[in-house]
Amino acid sequence: MLPTPDTSHVPYERVYEPAEDSYLLLDTLSSETEKTFLHEAFPDAAPLVVEVGTGSGVVISFVHAHAKTIFGSSQVLTAGVDMNAFACRATVATAAKAQLDNPDSYGMYLGSCMGDLTAPWRDGAIDVLIFNPPYVPTPEMPARPEAFTADDLADAAKPSFDDDSYLLALSYAGGRDGMETTDRLVESLPRILSRRGCAYLLLCAQNKPDEVRRRIEGFGPEWRTLMARSSGKQAGWEKLQVVRIWRDFAAVE
Amino acid sequence: MKILSINFLSCAIKACKSSSDSFPLHAKDAELVQDEIELNPDMIINVLPRLDWAALRTTSSELGFPQLPEQPPTPFELKADETLLKDLHHLLLETQISEGKLVCGNCGHEYAIKEGIANFLLPSHLV
Repeated sequence: MLPTPDTSHVPYERVYEPAEDSYLLLDTLSSETEKTFLHEAFPDAAPLVVEVGTGSGVVISFVHAHAKTIFGSSQVLTAGVDMNAFACRATVATAAKAQLDNPDSYGMYLGSCMGDLTAPWRDGAIDVLIFNPPYVPTPEMPARPEAFTADDLADAAKPSFDDDSYLLALSYAGGRDGMETTDRLVESLPRILSRRGCAYLLLCAQNKPDEVRRRIEGFGPEWRTLMARSSGKQAGWEKLQVVRIWRDFAAVE
Repeated sequence: MKILSINFLSCAIKACKSSSDSFPLHAKDAELVQDEIELNPDMIINVLPRLDWAALRTTSSELGFPQLPEQPPTPFELKADETLLKDLHHLLLETQISEGKLVCGNCGHEYAIKEGIANFLLPSHLV
């Protein structure tokens, strides 16, 4: 078991605290099957791993810190995106700590930026996309408080209680079927993934994962999905699961 | 944010994605900080094939770094060229933008960088 990055510095009143879903992603990425897949998918040319919605940064820092174990090479580039300025700042610190704690295996962490999902990335730039979405079904999507200042780090020394509630809601509230944000991410995959790229997407049972997988496989004959790991069954359902999404061009040529 | 990131980022506005002017974003009023990182030739050689070299030359000259050769070196040439290895290592990995702006050459939108974190969130009328 690879050590989990230290996130004791993260302000959990406004940044999502690592939970069962975060740990399921860590288990997935360090599993023998996924290590084998990633070793084979990226034998050369430093892959770019981007986590969307990093929160505390525990997942992307784990990949950064253990790059050599997960990819078989420390020539791995990592970066994070989050809408929450505090999550970005927390991730920078988490990555720095994790690097110090794992001097023999870390890759190259490029930084974190604020943004909406994959919007800031150049088409075809991302080799491995990781997304732990706001997946909880909610009657509506979180509304931005009117006097919101917390997207500007310089002005955001003391966010209000409303600002904090909004920032936390962004991390879990998924609207209809818990899929409103994930749907937008899924639609961006054909644009954003490199030819050899893949994505790890966390879903809960209410997200109707089989439907999501069918939709992705409908993008074209080369698209593939696989349930890479699950948290175990509850009342006959996989409560949480991580789906790996990739394209197999060799099979369709 | 490391300078290498700029080679992977573009304007966040959908309508700009198809314009070649939206990449690379142009650094403006950039304050730079340098980290000291041990040179790892393998890292630079593995990053080389995924660089957009023309964009990197633009970024490099905008930030006042020495002019890069017009054509990218082959991995073999790079391995033998310690000066270029060191220059690229310094530019791509050791240098970070702490404050400043990234500007889209197509729409002119300016993305602020504060504490090393660029803000690509758009005001609602641009989404």
